[in-house]
Amino acid sequence: MTQSPTLSRRSTSPSAPAPRKSKRSGADARAGYTFLLPWLLGFIALTVGPMISSLYLSFTNYNLFEPPKWIGLDNYITLFQDERFLQSVGVTLSYVVFGTPLKLAAALAIAMLLNSKRRGQGFYRSAFYAPSLIGASVSIAIVWKAMFGDAGPVDQGLSFFGINLGGWVGNPTMTMPMMILLTVWQFGAPMVIFLAGLKQIPADLYEAASMDGAGPVRKFLNITWPMLSPVVFFNLLMETIHAFQIFASAYIISNGEGGPAGSTLFYTLYLYLRGFSDFRMGYASAMAWLLLIVVGIITMIFFKTSKSWVHYSGDSK
Amino acid sequence: MTTTATPTRPVPDIEQADYNPKSESVAAKRTKSGIFHAVTLALTCVVLYPALWMVASAFKPNSEIGGANTSLWSNNFSFDNFLTAMDGIGGVSTLTFFTNSLVLALGAVIGTILSASVSAYAFARIKFPGRSILFGMMIATLLLPFHVVIIPQYIVFQQLGLVDTYVPLLIGKFLAADAFFVFLMVQFMRNLPAELDEAARIDGAGHVRIFTAIMLPLMKPALISTSIFSFIWSWNDFLGPLLYLNTPEKYPLPLALRLFVDQTQSSDYGAMIAMSVLALLPVLIFFLVFQRYIVEGVSTQGLKG
Repeated sequence: MTQSPTLSRRSTSPSAPAPRKSKRSGADARAGYTFLLPWLLGFIALTVGPMISSLYLSFTNYNLFEPPKWIGLDNYITLFQDERFLQSVGVTLSYVVFGTPLKLAAALAIAMLLNSKRRGQGFYRSAFYAPSLIGASVSIAIVWKAMFGDAGPVDQGLSFFGINLGGWVGNPTMTMPMMILLTVWQFGAPMVIFLAGLKQIPADLYEAASMDGAGPVRKFLNITWPMLSPVVFFNLLMETIHAFQIFASAYIISNGEGGPAGSTLFYTLYLYLRGFSDFRMGYASAMAWLLLIVVGIITMIFFKTSKSWVHYSGDSK
Repeated sequence: MTTTATPTRPVPDIEQADYNPKSESVAAKRTKSGIFHAVTLALTCVVLYPALWMVASAFKPNSEIGGANTSLWSNNFSFDNFLTAMDGIGGVSTLTFFTNSLVLALGAVIGTILSASVSAYAFARIKFPGRSILFGMMIATLLLPFHVVIIPQYIVFQQLGLVDTYVPLLIGKFLAADAFFVFLMVQFMRNLPAELDEAARIDGAGHVRIFTAIMLPLMKPALISTSIFSFIWSWNDFLGPLLYLNTPEKYPLPLALRLFVDQTQSSDYGAMIAMSVLALLPVLIFFLVFQRYIVEGVSTQGLKG
């Protein structure tokens, strides 16, 4: 793409190509940065600048009203002695570790179910996708809270089968399953991406495997999984990073407190409470940077391990 | 890669007939298809139940929502909850919250379309020094947790006296801060033939002409997906308004809902759920109208929901 302009220009204007080229690349550089200006401004003012200053703030005591006071690593040390912080780490990790794989497993299973040329496929796809569009909203959090509350439909439905758990919302051991169900319910977005990936797998691979006598399990392990692995990788990475950042649902379901007994005190919720209720901006910045480091490490681990299980075939794109 | 499949490909035609799914009997096919539809329909009911329960509850009297009632039907359906919900909260009418949400969402759409398309053109179509490094940084911001920047951003906006205005909520949209949309448009433009710009250049057109006269019209599908998603994301956004807005008159719907929950607690369940339905209504209408664009957008660009 980048070479062709030079070639075509030489054929149309054979005279004096060299000075025009440099003039044009200078003009291109100017044009490039001019067009990029909005993004560049935003990148510097809204991302890089704030990242650097939050790193600085994380080494200070700052309450928004007095100037920041340098305290070195104190915030980070205090964090690891802060029981509420450790609890928020536990809550978030169990949400990510159980919620994300479950959601992706549901997404993949249902994508495979839908990957056929049957009628009504478009309808099912849309119906399953819809929750992804609304699932993170305040409205759905309110509905979820009502559904899983005392004598709500979930409690009623389970009682019908002889399971008497009471309301999940007020029960510290049941709030995590409730939050995980909320994220699994939004399996539609990764499902649609899986479906697009499944459609790329050539049908003759499966036909050939059938003739070879391969059953559904072997077909899945030897064809579907390797062919789909780049899509699995993409979904896993995006959903994991996304899961760390859950906020609105946790805030609404726990009335902004992370209860009962801290069982919905997600990382971002605790960060918000520290920063914007207690105005401990330095402390919250340290939390933000720890989150960034953890997400960075996880992303790196994903990319490193991906070499052993993600297969990129040259011709599939 | 698929070790089992490739070596045994060439098979005589006669044998292939035995494995051809088309040779299945019509009855077997019907049974299979029946099972498929039974399973998927059952799944659809489970998946859509929360949404249906929400809509049904919004029309039910309070006594039937909390109490032993899993059924979606009621003999006492009425619009009462919606009338209560429209009254609003704290002396502010729900219509005001609606307008606020609409202003924010339309602002987000306009800002994102303008800034993302221009930036994407630079990445996709102009060759300039530092392009690939900057592009890599743009991709990296896709993975960046938003929470790393909110505290310093808040401090800056607070010092500029911009807290409790819409500026902090909209400025990022006009500066292409949602890297996802830039990425989406870059991918789209890269698939457009390069000969288009070359021809225009030979005719003496500059980048501004090429961008406005050639690229923008061709990018319509990408612009539509971007508009739909930036509208919906802004409409559902909770954290931004929670951080920056203090006066109820400026609240968009998600914040108003929180206020509603705080003030009524479980005393008026029906109205609370009716208001939740109202808040989701535009998103649901969008989904019904633009279904194809939305689902296609997700499957081709990997957009999150």
